[in-house]
Amino acid sequence: MTEKTVLNATHRELGARMVDFGGWDMPISYGSQLEEHHVVRRDAGMFDVSHMTVVDLHGAKVRDFLRHLLANSVDKLKVQGKALYTCMLNEQGGVIDDLIVYFLGDEFFRLVVNAATRAKDLAWIEQQAQAFGVAVQERPDFAMVAVQGPNARAKVIGLLHEVDRARIEKLRRFAAAAAQGPHGVPLFIARTGYTGEDGFEILVPQDQAVTLWKELAAVGVAPCGLGARDTLRLEAGMNLYGQDMDENVTPWEAGLAWTIALDEGRDFIGRKALEQQKAAGVPRVLIGLVLDDKGVLRHGQKVLTDRGEGEILSGGFAPTLNKSVAFARVPADATVELRVDIRGREVPVRQVKFPFVRDGKPCEGI
Amino acid sequence: MSSSEIPGDLKFLKSHEWARVEDNGLIRVGISNHAQEQLGDLVYVELPEIGASVQAGTGAATVESVKAASDIYSPVSGEVVEVNEILGDKPETINEDAYGEGWLFVVKASDRAELDELLNADDYAELIEHEDD
Repeated sequence: MTEKTVLNATHRELGARMVDFGGWDMPISYGSQLEEHHVVRRDAGMFDVSHMTVVDLHGAKVRDFLRHLLANSVDKLKVQGKALYTCMLNEQGGVIDDLIVYFLGDEFFRLVVNAATRAKDLAWIEQQAQAFGVAVQERPDFAMVAVQGPNARAKVIGLLHEVDRARIEKLRRFAAAAAQGPHGVPLFIARTGYTGEDGFEILVPQDQAVTLWKELAAVGVAPCGLGARDTLRLEAGMNLYGQDMDENVTPWEAGLAWTIALDEGRDFIGRKALEQQKAAGVPRVLIGLVLDDKGVLRHGQKVLTDRGEGEILSGGFAPTLNKSVAFARVPADATVELRVDIRGREVPVRQVKFPFVRDGKPCEGI
Repeated sequence: MSSSEIPGDLKFLKSHEWARVEDNGLIRVGISNHAQEQLGDLVYVELPEIGASVQAGTGAATVESVKAASDIYSPVSGEVVEVNEILGDKPETINEDAYGEGWLFVVKASDRAELDELLNADDYAELIEHEDD
């Protein structure tokens, strides 16, 4: 059965093209996907991401639990409200999911995990939580709206209760705080996102989500679909679970080494496997590609290298660059002479550092 | 979409390509407005070479939208005598005017009887209405 967010009827009223997205009936675009992409790079757009799963963790040993569960170190979270991007691994070092963890109190952390992995994530977290006496509580009572773009924060802050505005204005990147929205609605506002632009991801009680959406629209925040969200996050060099990594891929092989904290004496799930793989040599790596020629790099296309074949992971047209970019997984010792098989045509591609786009502008060398 | 929005002089493949018989007897080919709506913003069009021979119902061009790549079938067999060069720089022309400026290529048909196999505008309108159910 297809699930619906509380904003489903609102999307349909707006004439959105709806698609099945990991079991959820979600808007892929409302009009032109390209325009939705550009409005986020240039002004402010909003996305219904209520399909994502919010999980609250309570318990005296919750921090110890997360030291064990997550590959990044929650010990980096010292100030209440701070957030961290991390992978959750299996014993083989494969990625069960990527997620954001928020430090909300000495005995209270919040996770936001992917929608498509909800059931297995919850089962895994609950199983691991038992030994630590941590209570795992899913929060389906929240809807979630991401407001992104150079003008996103100002537009959201203008809707907040006056007493909260200065505080939310000062909110640092990757930090969250509670605030009162329009009509006193309680919001959880995080300065995070999946577009490479500044902005907020906002948790709102389900029954207030339509009101918040309409208030945002009234101050000129454009509704944007998950199609634009995908091109925005690809340009921003952000991984997509299921496409760029999964349970058979380690963070070393997925461009996620920066999220691994091999801090002294912390025994997190998957650590042994990661250390072994690093010692033995990581066989495959994730790289960024640009196609300067015409055409579009797509998921599943073959990458031809002097050391064997690789494959395109996330790939697509990058509207900000007006050409195609991709992530690819290739043999670790492949040289930079790379070609991609696009429907039988071998097209040269250029290996580049990513992100491809940051704060509205192409990165150097792209 | 109602059938009145589909130009009555067009004939269609079920796979959403249109064919128009020009005054000079050549066949102009494009994709339907319904098809461009389904594909979304087009970002790249790969056209056949002038002089290439094409077969009815087989791939002659490729259009790529932000979402996906799609093969475009030729409605008739014959020789490609003209391609729409505008699409190289402005593939979005197809989104803006699928039945006019957004045409793809022109074929000199080798077997005009193939035109009789195509759907007329009313039948095509019915097909896509059914598809939306």
